[in-house]
Amino acid sequence: MASEQKVDCGRRRLIVATAAVGGVAGVVTAAPFVASMMPSERAKAAGAPVEVDLSKLALGEMLTVAWRGQPVWVINRTPEMIASLKVTDPLVSDPHSDKLQQPAYCKNETRSIKPEFFVAVGICTHLGCSPSEKFETGAASGVGPNWPGGFLCPCHGSTFDLAGRVYKDKPAPLNLVVPPYMYLSDNKIVIGEDKKGA
Amino acid sequence: MAAKMQGLVDWVDERFPLTSSWKAHLAEYYAPKNFNFWYFFGSLALLVLVNQIVTGIFLTMQYKPDASLNSSGVPVAFASVEYIMRDVPWGWLIRYMHSTGASAFFIVVYLHMFRGLLYGSHRKPRELVWIFGMLIFLCLMAEAFFGYLLPWGQMSFWGAQVIVNMFSAIPFIGPDLSLWLRGDFVVGDATLNRFFAFHVIAIPLVLLGLVVAHVIALHEVGSNNPDGIEIKKHKDNKGIPLDGIPFHPYYTVKDIVGVVVFLIVFSAVIFFMPEGGGYFLESNNFIQANPLQTPPHIAPVWYFTPYYSVLRSITYPLFGLEAKFWGVLGMGAAVVIFFFLPWLDRSPVKSIRYKGPIFKTALGLFVTVFLILGYLGMQPPTPARLMLSQACAVIYFAFFLLMPVYSKLDKCRPEPERVTG
Repeated sequence: MASEQKVDCGRRRLIVATAAVGGVAGVVTAAPFVASMMPSERAKAAGAPVEVDLSKLALGEMLTVAWRGQPVWVINRTPEMIASLKVTDPLVSDPHSDKLQQPAYCKNETRSIKPEFFVAVGICTHLGCSPSEKFETGAASGVGPNWPGGFLCPCHGSTFDLAGRVYKDKPAPLNLVVPPYMYLSDNKIVIGEDKKGA
Repeated sequence: MAAKMQGLVDWVDERFPLTSSWKAHLAEYYAPKNFNFWYFFGSLALLVLVNQIVTGIFLTMQYKPDASLNSSGVPVAFASVEYIMRDVPWGWLIRYMHSTGASAFFIVVYLHMFRGLLYGSHRKPRELVWIFGMLIFLCLMAEAFFGYLLPWGQMSFWGAQVIVNMFSAIPFIGPDLSLWLRGDFVVGDATLNRFFAFHVIAIPLVLLGLVVAHVIALHEVGSNNPDGIEIKKHKDNKGIPLDGIPFHPYYTVKDIVGVVVFLIVFSAVIFFMPEGGGYFLESNNFIQANPLQTPPHIAPVWYFTPYYSVLRSITYPLFGLEAKFWGVLGMGAAVVIFFFLPWLDRSPVKSIRYKGPIFKTALGLFVTVFLILGYLGMQPPTPARLMLSQACAVIYFAFFLLMPVYSKLDKCRPEPERVTG
């Protein structure tokens, strides 16, 4: 175009600068809207610790409580169930709980404070379904003829042993999360709090 | 009287392009005269869209996006849907029109897209028509996903849980991204409220804009036809395509026939099998959401199952990234790959009528594999089904990725000069 020689470079720079500032203003204006979708203060404050009375939990039984809106399992493991963890040691992908899926005081063979009582967040580490309990052993469980007992996620077929350790070659990448908890007395635990340590 | 009417029209025309728009898009929009059965689904998609908007407006008058429990311990959202079904006059009809409409939308749109594949409607110069169409398809999927959470049943809850968690598979930003989408550490009231906002206003606004862009782009280049040839190549001395007929009244009348047949089938489903045998509304969704227990078998609604099967078929880590990430990537790719179709097809002809045996076989195989993946996505996973879905996923992607090669090798027949009817 013939007029190109006559472009007022000063004004053009001003237009570019104005557009750039306007663009920045647009992005900055979007920030509060994007931030408003993060968890609110109320959501962050929710999740009070939950007390569980273990005296009512029979041997080999499991109960589920809600903590921070998630299912938390408490299982009273029988000696056979604890022994099965030796069997599953070579079958699971993180047998020594090296990944940070539990508090330091639960990084042990049974992933618990007391060997018999197992506490875990019942949410599969794959896509967040809640696995079903499959405590029966062998073919009767419907999982497999050599099944030593554990959990099966109904969504994508991940399996976990009775310490929440994920089996090898399953969609779930990590062991189940063990939440912070502590014993208030011999028969009472509180989930979500471990100020005194264990 | 007629003169007065004309005076009014003239008055408007001086201020708004009324007559010229009517002519450009209906009375003098020349469409090829050889449209067949497959050309019903565009107007039917528009009809279903109107159905969803109208029924949706009336549903929002009664529905409450609230996950808190009412005095009888039932989530308010779940109770409000049951209230619509039982107590609101004709509420059941409006709700079933909306829920069945969702499935009808996908049936109609899948057939509409298949028509594109058959006759090469995505090819030059209609690439943008196709891309706007694919964006509409993405919006539809988002609408369906957000809408499915609203009844706050078991499938609503756990479906949203799984899909939102998929985003956490993205390296680095994933966990924060899924937290941002949920607005809470678990799927809860915050999630339900924002999904409601997306479902009733954000996505529909974008969707309507895209539908307008889709139609404007189509009317700019003109419609394709079953012969896949350009009718604009042969025009009479007035510049009207020799093989074209005005959209109105010819195709408006033809489409009314399609609408009548569609409404007969649609009504039959609404009145006699509104849940579509568990495929349109899953039985587990008539149980209120329970964040502590996943139903023993969860599967997405049928229109998502082919992509869901692709997700499940990837079970091994690669390049140091976990299988979960690759599964999500594979599922996303299975949808996004459709965008590239206009550039993947290198055949000298557009329509399947003149394409050779290789393309016909490939398309037949693709449709078969799509249906098998759809079926597998509804079934619980077993090792045999996993192998089958892996094989199908490979064929699915090969259809697209090898298309530049086989569409060139194919022995095509010459296209006719004029449409063949």
